[in-house]
Amino acid sequence: MADQKISEAKKYLIFNLGNEEYGIDIHKITTIIEKDMNIARVPKLPVFIRGVINLRGEIIPVISLRLKFGMDEDVYNTDTRIVIIKLDEISAGLIVDSVAEVIELDEESTESIANISGELSMDFITGVGKSNGRIITLLNLEKLVSLEDSQGK
Amino acid sequence: MDMSQYLEIFIEETREHLQSLNQCLLQMEKNPQDGSMLNEIFRVAHTLKGMSGTMGFNRMSRLTHDMEDVLQALRSNEMKVSPELIDLLFKCLDALESYTTMVVETGSEGTEENAAIISSLAEMIKKKGVVSSNSANKPAAANTTAASPAGSAADLALDQYDINVINKAAALGNNAYQITVKLNKGCVLKSARAFIIFKTLERHSEIIKSEPKVQDIEDEQFDFEFTVAVLSKEDESVFDKDLNSIAEVDEVIIKLIKEKEAVDQPTSGETPDTDDQEAKSAAENADGDSSQVKTDTAAKKTKTGKTVRVDIDRLDVLLNLVSELIIQKTRLEGLEGIEKTQSYTEAVEYLERISTNLHDAVMKVRMVPVETVFNRFPRMIRDISKNLGKEVELKMSGEETELDRTVIDEIGDPLIHLLRNSCDHGIESIEQRKNLGKPEVGLIELKAYQDGNNVVIEVGDDGQGINIDKVKKKAIERGLINKDMAANLTKKDIIDFLFKPSFSTADKVTDLSGRGVGLDVVKTKIEALGGFVEVETELGKGSRFYIRLPLTLAIIQALLVMVGEEKYAIQLSSIHKITNIPATDVKLVQKQEVVMYRNTVIPIVRLDRVLEVPRESDEEPKNLTLVIVKKGERLTGLVVDKILGQQEIVQKSLGKFLSGIKIITSATILGDGNVALILDVNALAN
Repeated sequence: MADQKISEAKKYLIFNLGNEEYGIDIHKITTIIEKDMNIARVPKLPVFIRGVINLRGEIIPVISLRLKFGMDEDVYNTDTRIVIIKLDEISAGLIVDSVAEVIELDEESTESIANISGELSMDFITGVGKSNGRIITLLNLEKLVSLEDSQGK
Repeated sequence: MDMSQYLEIFIEETREHLQSLNQCLLQMEKNPQDGSMLNEIFRVAHTLKGMSGTMGFNRMSRLTHDMEDVLQALRSNEMKVSPELIDLLFKCLDALESYTTMVVETGSEGTEENAAIISSLAEMIKKKGVVSSNSANKPAAANTTAASPAGSAADLALDQYDINVINKAAALGNNAYQITVKLNKGCVLKSARAFIIFKTLERHSEIIKSEPKVQDIEDEQFDFEFTVAVLSKEDESVFDKDLNSIAEVDEVIIKLIKEKEAVDQPTSGETPDTDDQEAKSAAENADGDSSQVKTDTAAKKTKTGKTVRVDIDRLDVLLNLVSELIIQKTRLEGLEGIEKTQSYTEAVEYLERISTNLHDAVMKVRMVPVETVFNRFPRMIRDISKNLGKEVELKMSGEETELDRTVIDEIGDPLIHLLRNSCDHGIESIEQRKNLGKPEVGLIELKAYQDGNNVVIEVGDDGQGINIDKVKKKAIERGLINKDMAANLTKKDIIDFLFKPSFSTADKVTDLSGRGVGLDVVKTKIEALGGFVEVETELGKGSRFYIRLPLTLAIIQALLVMVGEEKYAIQLSSIHKITNIPATDVKLVQKQEVVMYRNTVIPIVRLDRVLEVPRESDEEPKNLTLVIVKKGERLTGLVVDKILGQQEIVQKSLGKFLSGIKIITSATILGDGNVALILDVNALAN
């Protein structure tokens, strides 16, 4: 039984945007880098796609989650990180204010979105996780980084 | 036995055989009397039958068996080659191809029985009269007996070392045997079969010598028989029983190598006795025979050199690494703040040379001859011309010209379009050609050759050519131009209309073409590959399409420019000239900014506006730097802020996420690690 419980628990990377905490499935993360390189702007794209960076010889598009979620523009400081994620065919970087920690959430401590409503478009959220009184928004990366967004204006 | 490891070999060989079957059928159609083609076709069908049978693909085997029956009837002159027969054989070929495709995709041949083909094969035989049911087996059996005189086998040539071993073994109570195994002529995967035989032998004995060598046997470098010398405590009959129980073994000849004989031989060096001489000459004969056979097979397999099959992904990884190396090399060259001593410069230059050579070598590995694309065209032209009731000959040359794999994969469709066009629109009907005094058989030429850093593929025909007036009229009808404009257009401008989407001059839509999709697709595809298309045409004489393609897509020479604070790269091959002009030279024509350049009006594109580059001040500079780019013959001026210089850059895909952006083709990583975008000149010039 004990084994089963562990397998049900998923690991999430927790990061901050403003005062809110978000989580993404750790299996989809390739690496986390500091924001110390230039992002090359790419024309004709929605404003939240900031451009592309060179990650060890690979060209990776970078998305500002703040702008995607309608928040204020990013202020880059020493805490700023780019979380590189890899979905099936797409690699992308997500700019976040800071990265906090990795926590484990089992099914009991996550709630599906049906029970909540908020400002964010529900599409981007898979659910909400609770851990020691903290509320963590769990993101749906497949929806967040969809090809439709990138097809230019 | 698990066959999966041989599946790849099977697929590869089957494809080769089908390709040669295709060529032979085309030859036979042209020249029905040529018996050598028939023999070759028979051979291929027979091999395919054996191979598919071994692999357990019974439907393929069945079909080839029935093909053989028909071919055998042809060989024995029971029937004659007829167009229907050729068509039927082509159908068989198609069916075999689709089986192979099934095998590639699923690992099994599928369930399509192709009953229609099989029954028409049977009918074909019936119609022409008698054919015995086992006709297919007869020649095979005859071959076997002819090639291997029963019971005799060349003796192994044993050297001093072998004899010593045999003597020692004899002292320990071991017998030495010489075993000659003859495999069935229909045996495919001979090496696999030989492997099984070796394994069987090793159960009871020790193999001390083998002729041909084990290595050669593993590489299938042997005819259908081989001889081994073994040491064993067992009796002859054990081997006889074991070996004969293995499938596809026709004959096993076992001889005891006598101790005495073995002792005799070394001394016989000076005064050879008659026995030995006989044995030697027999061996020589056998050698002569087998070498003859060998050269035959060598001729058949001309193209299988010493090769290794490598997954294309691995080559991509290799190319990526080389690209990284070139980026770092460029970075090293531009490094500031270090003392550039002579030895430093020398080292960098050496590095440059090596990395260039390495790049060339890797690119060469990725090169594929255009033959792989061309070889399906003869059949296609045959089918199309038959369909249209025209006589067309396809002449191909330069099939060995090589192109990068990435380019090869893409040029098939455009070429099919052009060839179909030539067949359908270009070549006239037989009556028309007769009336015009042209040869009845139309000629389509497909040529490939290298020209500098480009490869040119020409598709030409001796048909009616493009009717410029007709195109002009259509363009006016379609409202693309008005009559006054039409008068001023050059021939080239008018031909360009053909490349516009859904533009067709054909009076009627046929099965093949005339719907107006085609040339614009060709053009888009070729331009996406970094190439371009040109046309030469003369009314009544024919047309010729030139496709110019870059050798490789990965590494290009580019000009780096600044727009605002951003760096962009422009492919050097599309740049015509760089020039400075006073801002006041820019004029407006129909809301389009233009400048006069060498007495022609060229449109200009302000990159900062198109690329939405953020600007701090709106002040117009007094002078503009123009990079004049050419797209085909048309020039366009791109306004940039600063020219940085020329550099070798590595193209990197922007990835699927950003694939929708039109004016950027890809990106590159500069020496400082930053990313610069590569502009799509073709899209900007539109």
